[in-house]
Amino acid sequence: MEFLRPATWDEALAAKAEHPTALPISGGTDVMVEMNFDVHRPSAILDLNRITELTEWSSDGDVVRLGAAVPYARIIEELSGPLPGLALAAHTVGSPQIRNRGSVGGNLGAASPAGDSHPALLAAGRGVSVEAHSVRGVRLVPIDEFYVGVKRNSLEPDELIGAVRIPVADGPQQFSKIGTRNAMVIAVCAFGFALHPKDGTVGTGIGSAAPTPRRAVEAEEYLRGVLAERGLWESGELLGPEVVQRFGELVKAAASPIDDVRGTADYRRHALAVMARRTLTWCWNDYRKQIRSAA
Amino acid sequence: MTTRTIQGQKNLQKINQASKDGIGGSPLRPDGTLKVKGEFAYSSDLWHEDMLWGTALRSPHPRANILSVDVSEALAVPGVYAVLTHEDVPGEKYYGLEIADQPALAIDKVRYHGEAIALVAADHPETARRAVKKIKVEYEVLTPITTEEQCLDPETHGYVHEPHEYRSHAYGNVCHEQRLVSGLGVTDEVRALADVVVSGEYEVGMQDQAFLGPESGLAVPAEDGGVDLYVATQWLHVDRQQMAPVLDLPLEKVRLTLAGVGGAFGGREDLSMQIHACLLALRTGKPVKIVYARDESFFGHVHRHPARMRYEHGATRDGKLVFADCRIVLDGGAYASASPAVVGNAASLGHGPYVIPNVRMHAIALYSNNPSCGAMRGFGAVQAAFGYESQMDRLAEALGMDPVELRQLNAVTQGDRMPTGQEIDAPAPVAELLQRVKDMPLPPPLDLEHLDVRTLPGALSNTSHGEGIVRGVGYSVGIKNVGFSEGFDDYSTARVRLEVIGGEPVAMVHTAMAEVGQGGVTVHAQIARTELGVEQVTIHPANTEVGSAGSTSASRQTYMTGGAVKLAAEAVRHELLERGRHRYGWTQDDLALVGGKVVSASAGVLIPIVDLLGEDAVEQTREHHHRPTVPFDKETGQGFGHVQYTFCANRAVVDVDVELGLVKVVELTAVQDVGKALNPLSVVGQIQGGCTQALGLAVMEEIVVEDGKVRNASFTDYLIPTILDTPPIPVQILELPDPHAPYGLRGVGEAPTVSATPSIVAAIRQATGKALNRIPVRPEHLTDTL
Ligand SMILES: Cc1cc2nc3c(=O)[nH]c(=O)nc-3n(C[C@H](O)[C@H](O)[C@H](O)COP(=O)(O)OP(=O)(O)OC[C@H]3O[C@@H](n4cnc5c(N)ncnc54)[C@H](O)[C@@H]3O)c2cc1C
Repeated sequence: MEFLRPATWDEALAAKAEHPTALPISGGTDVMVEMNFDVHRPSAILDLNRITELTEWSSDGDVVRLGAAVPYARIIEELSGPLPGLALAAHTVGSPQIRNRGSVGGNLGAASPAGDSHPALLAAGRGVSVEAHSVRGVRLVPIDEFYVGVKRNSLEPDELIGAVRIPVADGPQQFSKIGTRNAMVIAVCAFGFALHPKDGTVGTGIGSAAPTPRRAVEAEEYLRGVLAERGLWESGELLGPEVVQRFGELVKAAASPIDDVRGTADYRRHALAVMARRTLTWCWNDYRKQIRSAA
Repeated sequence: MTTRTIQGQKNLQKINQASKDGIGGSPLRPDGTLKVKGEFAYSSDLWHEDMLWGTALRSPHPRANILSVDVSEALAVPGVYAVLTHEDVPGEKYYGLEIADQPALAIDKVRYHGEAIALVAADHPETARRAVKKIKVEYEVLTPITTEEQCLDPETHGYVHEPHEYRSHAYGNVCHEQRLVSGLGVTDEVRALADVVVSGEYEVGMQDQAFLGPESGLAVPAEDGGVDLYVATQWLHVDRQQMAPVLDLPLEKVRLTLAGVGGAFGGREDLSMQIHACLLALRTGKPVKIVYARDESFFGHVHRHPARMRYEHGATRDGKLVFADCRIVLDGGAYASASPAVVGNAASLGHGPYVIPNVRMHAIALYSNNPSCGAMRGFGAVQAAFGYESQMDRLAEALGMDPVELRQLNAVTQGDRMPTGQEIDAPAPVAELLQRVKDMPLPPPLDLEHLDVRTLPGALSNTSHGEGIVRGVGYSVGIKNVGFSEGFDDYSTARVRLEVIGGEPVAMVHTAMAEVGQGGVTVHAQIARTELGVEQVTIHPANTEVGSAGSTSASRQTYMTGGAVKLAAEAVRHELLERGRHRYGWTQDDLALVGGKVVSASAGVLIPIVDLLGEDAVEQTREHHHRPTVPFDKETGQGFGHVQYTFCANRAVVDVDVELGLVKVVELTAVQDVGKALNPLSVVGQIQGGCTQALGLAVMEEIVVEDGKVRNASFTDYLIPTILDTPPIPVQILELPDPHAPYGLRGVGEAPTVSATPSIVAAIRQATGKALNRIPVRPEHLTDTL
């Protein structure tokens, strides 16, 4: 097995072009586990740990450009303000050790339906995109098009993830995850939710309840419609139990889970509806507080 | 002994204690700091120059005939030194803890998912793993026999072992059974005496010991044709007894030394890699190390028996128990392992610590094509406790009684007889334990104003900000035996030596006790200090150069090997004082060894031990046998079968998110009678650890087996409690001495594992109103989404 350690991003891209089957390693919290389990026997490993710009983030006030290798611990510490949904998701990942090493770039690279970043990224708005770099240039992949199958993403063999672009939150965001223990657990299912008052939309993301992470499109549309038609963005009135209930049902209907050792399909659907109702309620309560204090 | 260097033994070589702490004190464990700092050498850290790495080919099928095995391609891999199958086993082909029914390597058929078929030794672990994949096995895959119904209908579904192969009292896929009848048994007339009858069916999933240090060891071939094995195990001598016939070596040529053990909990009572490493070492003439990967570890050791239980209890209107009728079916899996003893415990302890005038019990262990099950902390008693304690709550509800009062009303006490007819001839403060646990202050209610999500069900997963949370409280009590039962003489041996080293009297304690984390090495030093009045104690590495110490299981080591250390130390003291009497003409009969001196209560200090010893060493070896027991009668279950009983009571407080079915145990209180706490800190640690393992069984720990296949052989999906799942565990210790035991002590390690699970389930029932007849309780059970 070859071990490639490029010192710069250009070298990394050149190496990936030359060794398209090389397996990138960032935090290694997925890669090392899979090698241990003998899932992978890559011909080469491409170590990205010397490339410092991957561990940096920047913001122009509208969009955060999050380097692929920024660890979860720093997302929690440094980005809870602009990216509250992702920071909440980061909080649920593994243990302190895993949060010190694991990254959103690695989560996207693995593209597991159970990855906790995904529901938060999907909910964070249409503007979320993945920077796919190669010697050929940079391709911006909208997050909706990134996940293409179970543990498959839309990267080309010569591409690496440089960063993820995520709009700065313009409203409350939430993330909830079910696990059968209270920490260090892979999601039985998860749900991300965000209010986007600026363009009058809402965002959702479902994890671990379909072959890929996915949005609950009908639920989003339903809620967007209700909020607009009833002038709720402006009034900040309570949504009422029917709206919350209906939203939960639509989220549940958007999932296509399976039975496995972690949980039954029925439970996943049930839990998604509950999480959808709760996260919507929390976000809406926060939004109401915000507009009242602004008034 | 080999003279070549063995690395990875440093922490076992010499453990010098400079503390004054004798028994009743809480000196710290000698291995504690090393373990916390990651410096402790475990068996997986063993290393030897020129060593090879061994690994096994394991069956992907739970039941299949092996039509052929072709090892030629594997042998051809560069770096491979040997590939072995059952044909290469020189001696007996079968071994076993109680019944020799397990082949060292599969012969013509496999009986469980993960059974070892062939072995490879290579110069690198990766080479060995690659070579294993080149072994070609042709299988005829058969439908596995996995359910109780299938097992008990062998004419339709087949036999796991052909009846002519049975090496015990097995019949028709039943590995072992025990019946018990006491009083009038359970007849229609007896039933008619009860005003209230409750019945229930209960199920216990397959728990795993989930120790963190995988099975591992190093076998070094010796010049005399024998082998030296350094291994993490629970009982060196019983390993050797099973290994030697298979290796075709006399016992004395199979020498074992304990290597650093990373947890055991019963899972190391059976052999795992011991025979395999020795076969490879003897074949290649080179040291061979085997370390299981995590998934292999899940296949390589036995688990806790899953159980299906039917209970019926009758009581009078005022709550007095009239009868209990029980049937306990334990799934023993492919091989017997400890199944007979597990059945014996289930049958004899399966009614709980209650006085029940009329009892009928039938307990069986099945042979099946599921993973083998055997020893795990509290075995037999753990499964049953979930049944009888669930029944007590049900009965209390049917009677409109307080569940604690109902238990107290029927609790055994000293002088009562168990349904086996055995009189409880030591303190049995069951009612008092319950009272004390009930009287301990309750934790404050959930504070919704100042929410910390970490304290809620789901914790940082952020599923609730107070929504759906309901609190519940539950109680339970349990009973466990200490030591081996049913006529087994599981004696322990200790050698104690006293000599002057560097101007100080130093005691050396040598036993074959497996230190698996229980703290035996700490306690042995404490005993030597107390009995010999010295401060410095060295614990010799545990090996087979001294007699058996029995198993580190059944809560027995402090009682049994601690007792042996006490006897040997007393003998050393006696010899030393005799020497003084002889030399100096002391006539006092009030001599003692204290603070490094021979002292007389009447005459004061007589002489420093150092001066009395001079250049000589005093050494004594003693065996400690517990009082004899007898086997239970096969039909009536009657007999003085147990050495000692131990009891623990618990209260669990839980918060349940009733909408999502998520549970947070808020507090788990324990009160236990330990007879005498030799090391109070260790005792509390044992009780808290036992409670935590019980919590795991209550709400998360299960090996999922589908059609004989293990679905979660990893810590990704076999979940054990994290610190966020582990609540504060306030512990109260009672010390009512048992007159039959050394220092009056009682085995500690298992009782809380027996008793704590039902209290948690009871608390969840109170919060949710669900029946919950199966553990572990899953979110699906609480939300009707199974
Ligand atoms: C104990 C434990 C607990 C865990 N708990 C969770 C959890 O709760 N939630 C969760 O979502 N995950 C969890 N994980 C999985 C893992 O930590 C996450 O998926 C993490 O985000 C992976 O990041 P990493 O940097 O370690 O990735 P790596 O392991 O380095 O890589 C993961 C994948 O991404 C690819 N990759 C990495 N960087 C790039 C890049 N720049 N461009 C292209 N491909 C790339 C790799 O080739 C590989 O396929 C856990 C893992 C462990 C070991």
